[in-house]
Amino acid sequence: MNAGKGVKLVSWKEITHGSHVFEAGNAKNFKTGDWRSNKPVFIKENCKQCLLCFPVCPDSAIMLDENTQVTGFDYDFCKGCMCCQEACNFKAIEREDV
Amino acid sequence: MGIRTKLSGNEAVSVAFKQINPDVVAAYPITPSTEVPQFFSTYAANGEVETEFVPVESEHSAMSACIGAQAAGGRSMTATSAQGLALMWEMLYIASAYRLPINMAVINRALSGPINIHCDHSDSMGARDSGWLQIYSEDCQEAYDNFIQAVRISEHPDVMLPAMTCFDGFITSHKVENLELMEDAEVQKFVGKYKPPYHLMDKEKPMSMGPLSLPFHYFESKRQQAEAMRGSIKAILEVAAEFEKVTGRKYGLFEEYQMADAEVAIVILNSTAGTAKDVVDELRAKGVKAGLLKIRVFRPFPVEQIVAALAKCKAVAVLDRADSVNAAGGPVFTDVTSAMFGRVDGVKVINYIYGLGGRDVKTDDIKVVYNELLEVVKTGKVKEVYNYLGVREV
Repeated sequence: MNAGKGVKLVSWKEITHGSHVFEAGNAKNFKTGDWRSNKPVFIKENCKQCLLCFPVCPDSAIMLDENTQVTGFDYDFCKGCMCCQEACNFKAIEREDV
Repeated sequence: MGIRTKLSGNEAVSVAFKQINPDVVAAYPITPSTEVPQFFSTYAANGEVETEFVPVESEHSAMSACIGAQAAGGRSMTATSAQGLALMWEMLYIASAYRLPINMAVINRALSGPINIHCDHSDSMGARDSGWLQIYSEDCQEAYDNFIQAVRISEHPDVMLPAMTCFDGFITSHKVENLELMEDAEVQKFVGKYKPPYHLMDKEKPMSMGPLSLPFHYFESKRQQAEAMRGSIKAILEVAAEFEKVTGRKYGLFEEYQMADAEVAIVILNSTAGTAKDVVDELRAKGVKAGLLKIRVFRPFPVEQIVAALAKCKAVAVLDRADSVNAAGGPVFTDVTSAMFGRVDGVKVINYIYGLGGRDVKTDDIKVVYNELLEVVKTGKVKEVYNYLGVREV
């Protein structure tokens, strides 16, 4: 396990009381992708941009560009549950071992 | 001006609750602490306090409700004994780790089993490492005074830890004693308004409590908590000095009774200290250099100060009203001896477990201890380190 890229580890003198959190939206700082047990791989040439994969991802780990086109996976957060592969009808997502 | 009156320990502490007028009192009845929330519920029903009184369904819920109230920025209080404290167990650690200065009266009672409702210290001694401050009281006056001071100590910005004010079940909780109360306005002025540095309802400074603290952060949080406990000694003495200015009653980390030239001494806490002081007087009249050290503040444990107070003795007996059942000695004994180890050498220290489950402790019992100490001084030998006082051997 690692604390995540860019996360500054503070000393006991600086840490908040009881690890209280005073900052909103900080879950993005804690990279949970290293728990991943499978790795989904995006096959761009097969993808029809139907976007059926996007809503099934429990962790918002499917990345879209400004035109809402799928561009791949955010491996900082993808846990490898492979729900996206189940949802895909065009063999645009393949599973690899981690 | 103080108010001279006569009250039981439970009444005195419930009056302290009333005078403090906290935001929330959440409690569940358990002998012998029941009267504290019972009297307080009357004050609440009569409109004598502005407190939200929450009659919860268990002590686990009582502590949980206090944690919620304190996290929301309120001042919360409760009282319990024995099994009630045991049922609060997991929440005690949450309260201290979240640095919530909740105040609780612990009316000491033996933990079952066998089932027993009478006094010993197994309940609060069991919770000694839960990160709560623990202040012990010899009589009703001290229970009242300590509870009021504990509010200030726990809320001190350098402390921010919950506090237990402990006194003996039935012996102190139910005996009526002459004592001096502070005026309501004096108590209000002394405790002041609770101003938490942060709380969950503060819309200017939003926050969340209780996140998962993984191996990267948990250790630092606990280290910080330990430092707050260590640093609280300074706050305890500051508050005591201020309390003395208001009431004229002096408190320290412990009381030294005839300790200046004592050769033999007993270390003890709560009500039996009173019994033992009578024995000290009797021995002093016969020319025996006997003394007594009554621990008031057990958490934090005042290591340096206790060692300094005992350094000149030849033999010391630590009396524990709880057995650790650990083949090593009672909780006060193991703390006192580990404090002395490497700091003072040559003082013989023995341990007596006494008064379990409300077993009476008389002056004759205490004399047995002093006589043994004198024997240790005379022979230079300790027969047995870990002893039991007042238990039937045959």
